[in-house]
Amino acid sequence: MAKRPQPRFPEPHTEPFWEGAQAGELRYQRCVDDGCGEVVFYPRQHCPACGSNELEWFVSKGEGTVYTFSVVRQNRMPGFIDLGAYSVAYIDLDEGFRMMSSVVGVDNPTKDIAIGQRVRVTFEKQETGEYPIPVFRPI
Amino acid sequence: MAQERKAAIVGIHEYPLRVAPGVSGMNIKVDSIRAALDDAGLAWSDIDAIYDAQDGEAGGGLQTAAYLGLRPTVIDTTQVGGSSYEFQAAHAMRDIAAGKCNVAVLSYGSTSASNRVAIGTGGRQQAAPNWQQNMELPYGATLIANYAMVKQRHMHEYGTTDEQLAGISVATRHHAMRNPDAVKAMMDLQFVGVNEITTEDVLDSRVVADPLHLLECCMISDGGGAVIIASADVARDCRKAPVWLIGGGEATKYRENGGDITTSAGAQSGPIAFSEAGVTPDEVEIAMIYDSFTITVAVCLEDLGFCAKGEVGEYVAGGRLAFDSGEGPALNTDGGGLSSNHPGMRGIFLLLEAARQLRGESTSQVPDARLAVAHGNGGLLGGTHTGGTVILAKD
Repeated sequence: MAKRPQPRFPEPHTEPFWEGAQAGELRYQRCVDDGCGEVVFYPRQHCPACGSNELEWFVSKGEGTVYTFSVVRQNRMPGFIDLGAYSVAYIDLDEGFRMMSSVVGVDNPTKDIAIGQRVRVTFEKQETGEYPIPVFRPI
Repeated sequence: MAQERKAAIVGIHEYPLRVAPGVSGMNIKVDSIRAALDDAGLAWSDIDAIYDAQDGEAGGGLQTAAYLGLRPTVIDTTQVGGSSYEFQAAHAMRDIAAGKCNVAVLSYGSTSASNRVAIGTGGRQQAAPNWQQNMELPYGATLIANYAMVKQRHMHEYGTTDEQLAGISVATRHHAMRNPDAVKAMMDLQFVGVNEITTEDVLDSRVVADPLHLLECCMISDGGGAVIIASADVARDCRKAPVWLIGGGEATKYRENGGDITTSAGAQSGPIAFSEAGVTPDEVEIAMIYDSFTITVAVCLEDLGFCAKGEVGEYVAGGRLAFDSGEGPALNTDGGGLSSNHPGMRGIFLLLEAARQLRGESTSQVPDARLAVAHGNGGLLGGTHTGGTVILAKD
């Protein structure tokens, strides 16, 4: 089982996101103030487009596209030292938000990941704690 | 805008060692300030403004003046990562022009190498929970991986190649081999092969985070330095010819939904600085651009206007960045962060080498160089970062 670092609390911005992960939901925010509608990610208190606090949580379908990625060959962080080569990526979700994540479930991350690839979220269980981490697999 | 010459670099010092065991960051700052004052022909008590990036141990805005024993009338603690010194130089220009001070000091001291700080490949968990770490730490994105994601996207979008970008490493090492302090740095840091390198050497070096190779990444050294910036009145009586600060620009950029990761804050800070200076990029002979990685230089060359977005691969591939190419601009003629000096915040060295070029003191001197740009990029190029641009002119 994976050993990724866990989110830590109390942390008011990201708590609803991680409660979502426990429920198998990839959550994001949207500004519902009159006429704004901005998609907000990372989780925040306010809308960065208009400054309003009128944000609501929505659930993403969890499908998106690889915007860019790298394959890390060297990392001294605990939890990653033993992983071998692994990817980090920015994923553009279909609802219009970009999140940092990882593309997993490929034979060789240095060859099997590409910009533009379609991917779907999966919640990876962790032996480090109760919060599964949302990562992505090619569709 | 009409060009003004109200503030100038009058004293410089680059701490010569890149491995300095038993020395503290504050020691490096003090030794560098004293040497830079001596270079200018000014005294300790002449300093009336401190610009401090909160580096060193127990310094910063509250303690640095006390530690140095100064009574400044301006204290500026701008800390925006590696570009802090370009921001500070722009602020010193502004403060001197406003009559708030006459002799400003910028200083840096770091022992990152001796302390084994894994800047590029490590992870640092902060004490208190915060939103950013909660969203990013689970993915193990190293600093190098962040920059690598920019290179990946640049290659995808514009067809830029590894071979083209390797030209940046090759030109920089060419300069480093002419700089005795850079050669000693590479020896002391136990570089494999302290010699000129080829495109093949860069491509054959191991991949640290795809698609960035080892020879596209800066070193981690100890080091530091100091810059003295003075008003025109003071500069007239200094030991060396003044190097005028004629334009400054600052900006920040961060990842946004749908944003373009291949464009940096330099696209905002560059035009502001060039406009204030009343000059254009094609007039610039010396390009001191923060080379944390090859891709940093590539993106910033485009954003500053040396070439169009997406065209940097072709622009750098022919070897034009070498000081003796006859084409120019000459890039990082001290040997850069790639091959001379990178203790974590390289911004001060960009100002130092620009000043050396405009005084005629570089080890890779461009004959009669008249105009230089120093552009720092702080933070993460593929995430939140800052861009600070300073235009410098020969007296």
